[in-house]
Amino acid sequence: MLTLEGMRIERGDFSLTADMTLAPGRSYAVIGPSGSGKSTLLAAICGFVPVAAGRLSREGEEVTDQHPGQRGMTMLFQDNNLFPHLTVRQNVGLGLRPDLRLKAADQARIDAALARVGLSDHAAKRPGALSGGQQSRVALARVLVQARPWVLLDEPFAALGPALRVEMLDLVQDLAREAGAGLIMVTHAPDDVRRIADEVIFVEGGRVHAPGPATELLDNPPPALRAYLG
Amino acid sequence: MADRAVALSGKTGLFAAALVAGLILAALVAVFTAADLGAGLGPADWAAVRFTAMQAVLSAVLSVLLAVPVARALARRRFWGRGALITLLGAPFILPVIVAVLGLLTVFGRSGVLNQFGAALGLPPVSIYGLHGVVLAHIFFNLPLATRLLLQGWQSIPSERFRLAGQLQMTPRALFLALEWPMLRQVLPGVAALIFVICLTSFAVALTLGGGPRATTIELAIYQAFRFDFDLGRAALLSVVQLVLAGAAAVVALWLIPPISLGGGLDRPLRRWDARGGGQRVLDGGVITVAALFLLLPLGAVALRGLVGLGQLPPSVWQAALNSILVAGLSVMVLAAPALPMAGWIATRRRGGVEAIGLMGLAASPLMIGTGWFILINPVLDPARLSLPVTALVNALMALPFVLRILVPRLRETLQDYGPLTQTLGMNGWALWRLLVLPRLRPQLGFAAGLTGALSVGDLGVIALFADQERATLPLQMYRLMGAYRMEAAAGAALLLLVLALAVFFICDKWGRWHADA
Repeated sequence: MLTLEGMRIERGDFSLTADMTLAPGRSYAVIGPSGSGKSTLLAAICGFVPVAAGRLSREGEEVTDQHPGQRGMTMLFQDNNLFPHLTVRQNVGLGLRPDLRLKAADQARIDAALARVGLSDHAAKRPGALSGGQQSRVALARVLVQARPWVLLDEPFAALGPALRVEMLDLVQDLAREAGAGLIMVTHAPDDVRRIADEVIFVEGGRVHAPGPATELLDNPPPALRAYLG
Repeated sequence: MADRAVALSGKTGLFAAALVAGLILAALVAVFTAADLGAGLGPADWAAVRFTAMQAVLSAVLSVLLAVPVARALARRRFWGRGALITLLGAPFILPVIVAVLGLLTVFGRSGVLNQFGAALGLPPVSIYGLHGVVLAHIFFNLPLATRLLLQGWQSIPSERFRLAGQLQMTPRALFLALEWPMLRQVLPGVAALIFVICLTSFAVALTLGGGPRATTIELAIYQAFRFDFDLGRAALLSVVQLVLAGAAAVVALWLIPPISLGGGLDRPLRRWDARGGGQRVLDGGVITVAALFLLLPLGAVALRGLVGLGQLPPSVWQAALNSILVAGLSVMVLAAPALPMAGWIATRRRGGVEAIGLMGLAASPLMIGTGWFILINPVLDPARLSLPVTALVNALMALPFVLRILVPRLRETLQDYGPLTQTLGMNGWALWRLLVLPRLRPQLGFAAGLTGALSVGDLGVIALFADQERATLPLQMYRLMGAYRMEAAAGAALLLLVLALAVFFICDKWGRWHADA
């Protein structure tokens, strides 16, 4: 359970308020016009952007000011999700040990995660030697070993082609479901929303609208959302 | 997007900065307490002040003015060897001063190539010693630097503008007024200021080509007060003068000095559609040839003469070479210890004046710091016994501002790109350095280490102040050979020194680039 109570983010002239509760294990799509603050909302939830007012709590425990690494979340960014100078195995290993002092049990978990995303043969390579889709899989393998209750996606697959993006989204959904993790993802595509989101969070006009059931909202959108979807 | 700063080296960085500041301030305090402030400046001292300022102004103005046509020719011409020539323009920065001086003497000196040529034509010999010799040597060092910085300026002009100029068939004059002059107006003052500051604290050039009542810089006057008169009070007083002069100039220059880049991309020639006329081609070709000869002839002369002289090297030269390698290695290590945490501290801060601490080393001249420490060490210990470590330490301090300018931008970029990722992973402390910072900064670290090592190998400054007969570095030993008119042996030592400096730089830089991937 993730609760945002009267949360306000301020950045210069821009401000965004959010009041909502997200249920564990469900998938949420964050949509809204560009510049409305979708990425900022994710960054605030994950702890990269300070919260001006209100509180954020997870399972009833306040995490508003906690370090990003300690609030039970992991996030995939638009880019720079992998360290180019480390191998695939090391990149995944960082999800287990941030100092990379890996034990035998850790190695086994890394192998399992790489096998799960279909990259067993690429463990010793560096990200630069992999295709865009494979790089995304490495990041997902790391998310898998991190096993955090919440996974936040800030359009990490935006640079991939349509077919590959859909493949990645399916993989994310499968992985999240297997792990029982909740998903919060920023997206521009209504098709993506229908594909994997249970609920939709609409961000617009400095406000984060509380989530509503995805299919229902898309089929029968309120005026502001209708204007955005076109 | 991340507002949250990565905790890289808060306290350590602050401590390192304080340590550096402390080392410099201790020298300052020593100099101030020992300075014979009541004595005031004599006429000779005022002459030194005037000469210092004048040669620095002349060197800066002439270097920059001469660099404009060279940079313009390089910017708009494509020819075989262009990349090599541009790489060569970076060489004087790591070239030991005394090697270049010997090269200039070989070409422009009393019995040099030029005078022999002149004598054949019945011209009277021209002396290289004095103001014009000092300025000539400074131009030799700073013309390439200015050319590189101006070339950066030319490449900052978007290629679309040159395409537009080509479409409009702008005349060279119109193109100069519309595109080149506005860029030059922005870049020239900073480049001139940088060269002015560098020349203000010049010592080795003045030591070898200057001297006498009419061509003594303050830095040289400090050395003479120290070595010949052993008048610590006067040396300290001159150090104060030097500090005020160079400090004021450095503070002004801080706002003007352009960033120092690895020099990537400078060899990428841009296709141009202007200046296709025959006269302009000949002009550019001539400018490039003269500039290349000006750089290559003295170096070639040293190398040739050095090959002959290698056989005459006394054993003391080999011992001195070992000392120099030791000093360079020590410099690099001594520098890395404060530079890395300082860079980490500065990079996580909002842009600001913290880098100024590094620049203190630039304002405080090597001989001033040397004098200060000599005063501090002298009552306790024979300073000559510490000559090598002190030289290494002062060389490190002198390299610090450059090294910070090399490391900090890349570190900022790295933290910007990967900071959020390290935070979600909970990486911090030593793991952050080991797994992110050091690998990502490897090319910069190699470059910075190479620069520091090469500068240190070739440095002729504090060592001249501290050393006795037994302890010397290679540049000092070479200077002694020149003083004893053993020119062939000196040339041999010069060649050895040249190879050492280039090898140190090359090895470190290569290490940095090796396996450095995307």
